[in-house]
Amino acid sequence: MRLVILDNYDLASEWAAKYICNRIIQFRPGQDRYFTLGLPTGSTPLGCYKKLIEYHKNGDLSFKYVKTFNMDEYVGLPRNHPESYHSYMWNNFFKHIDIDPNNAHILDGNATDLQAECDAFEKKIKEAGGIDLFVGGIGPDGHIAFNEPGSSLVSRTRLKTLAMDTILANAKYFDGDLSKVPTMALTVGVGTVMDAREVMILITGAHKAFALYKAIEEGVNHMWTVSAFQQHPRTIFVCDEDATLELRVKTVKYFKGHQRD
Amino acid sequence: MRGGQVAARAPVIQFTNCRILRGGALLREDLWVRGGRILDPEKLFFEERRVADEQRDCGGCILAPGFIDVQINGGFGVDFSQASEDVGSGVALVARRILSHGVTSFCPTLVTSPLEVYHKVLPQIPVKSGGPHGAGVLGVHLEGPFISREKRGAHPEAHLRSFEADAFQDMLATYGGLDNVRIVTLAPELGHSHEVIRELTALGICVSLGHSVADLGTAEEAVQSGATFITHLFNAMLPFHHRDPGIVGLLTSDRLPAGRRIFYGMIADGIHTNPAALRIAHRAHPKGLVLVTDAVPALGLGNGRHTLGQQEVEVDGLTAYVAGCSVESALEAASLHPAQLLGLEKCKGTLDFGADADFVVLDDSLHVRATYISGELVWQAEEARP
Repeated sequence: MRLVILDNYDLASEWAAKYICNRIIQFRPGQDRYFTLGLPTGSTPLGCYKKLIEYHKNGDLSFKYVKTFNMDEYVGLPRNHPESYHSYMWNNFFKHIDIDPNNAHILDGNATDLQAECDAFEKKIKEAGGIDLFVGGIGPDGHIAFNEPGSSLVSRTRLKTLAMDTILANAKYFDGDLSKVPTMALTVGVGTVMDAREVMILITGAHKAFALYKAIEEGVNHMWTVSAFQQHPRTIFVCDEDATLELRVKTVKYFKGHQRD
Repeated sequence: MRGGQVAARAPVIQFTNCRILRGGALLREDLWVRGGRILDPEKLFFEERRVADEQRDCGGCILAPGFIDVQINGGFGVDFSQASEDVGSGVALVARRILSHGVTSFCPTLVTSPLEVYHKVLPQIPVKSGGPHGAGVLGVHLEGPFISREKRGAHPEAHLRSFEADAFQDMLATYGGLDNVRIVTLAPELGHSHEVIRELTALGICVSLGHSVADLGTAEEAVQSGATFITHLFNAMLPFHHRDPGIVGLLTSDRLPAGRRIFYGMIADGIHTNPAALRIAHRAHPKGLVLVTDAVPALGLGNGRHTLGQQEVEVDGLTAYVAGCSVESALEAASLHPAQLLGLEKCKGTLDFGADADFVVLDDSLHVRATYISGELVWQAEEARP
């Protein structure tokens, strides 16, 4: 694992965006060679998306030969609902860049056969040659995507019922009205993300500190599904100072020492 | 359906680097157009999986819905109230010239006239869609002759009329029919006016109160019968009085039918109404303000300044910022509110998805740089031309 600690949210967002940008450019994507990117939603990656858009508008980064796969989408929410993950991705990313709409894949939470939709998503990832870099976040309960506590660490894309912690965390996007928050979602599995060649997890803010501690300083445990990435060959955790508040001083010093090199 | 398929194959144009008026605010968003309508780009991306065929950079300008003028008596030497063999050419000339003022739809207005004029002129002004040839004609505004003698203003006294016993038939006989008519201004204190208001409203014609000495009670009854507009507020009506606000009192009346909004036209040239009075009306009822020009045939002749009776008037499109209201409010008063008055807000006066792509490109001083109708460029300022 690499643990990259930046002073604040903006610097963490910028570091992550630069990393993604460099990965894509170094890959040299083209007509027969697409870079595949897994993408998250939520408040954490907003700064990163803004930076990526900036690099695109500066002419430094094109998404013409990039294929994206989002982690999740609510079930039963109309696609054009302002809180759907389709709306999020359109407003915060896709409408500002030059990605081909055929290459932007998001699970359809209104499909008639939800499990078939999930199976088809796994197939699309396989057909694209797998994911080069999966970017994700972490929930306050340590979940990756909507793999809530108790999710199998070898799970695949499927329908999940959301945990109360998650529903409470999402209420702020639905006027604070718990009854309006969707209770089910389609999500990539822990196993799906583990299959990616590289994984980058963004974690910012003090409210995520305990989850980060559980994810990297305790054992691999299905109650804190992000901990699965301790067994992934190439994972980077990008955080700000506040997110490290529950870590041992020794851990932080060790990884900060790396950055000085 | 064939029409839909043709539209789906039409090119998608994306107007970038602009601020668009949407939901009462100026947003930094792109405007997408296809087949003459405003397009939802998110739907295009996720459902059709398409991107724009063409991008046009708007240089940081404001994009607002095209202006709608519901009271314009003529211009550029054309007088709509003149009976001629070729009224159509006059209307067409005005329709073309007002494009440079950002007006994309209008209601040619006829002042009080003898029967012969109505019978000859009205059939020659059909409702017509706008385009490169000119702004769209939404229907005729008949201002008079059923108005108050005392408040006739510049209308000729000899041709004023009051309603006979069979009032609606009398009106039909006067105008020679109501085809092509969109708005009728009348004085509600005239006898039998209520049955006329009810009949006109039932036909979908907008009834406006104006050139009247009605008190507030009479005005409220007229609104209850169906009236929805006030013609040039403050002008040609009793002045606001604190014990009887008259027609002006409709702006804050609590005796209007539930859910009904009263609209009021204002000539925002700083001359017809003192800007302070305009501000009072706007603050009392901001959502009802409709900007009109009430332009006369002299509009556009000689540097934009002309005489109206004893006064010199500059008619220069939007001068609503004189009122001190926000840019967004002024733009809505010239586009959205007249569309709502005429029940057209689903397709005109708005940049919402699915609306007709009638819009204007404005600089920060609200000068018109370009005008579009159905997504087609129909006018462009000299400096902007390549």
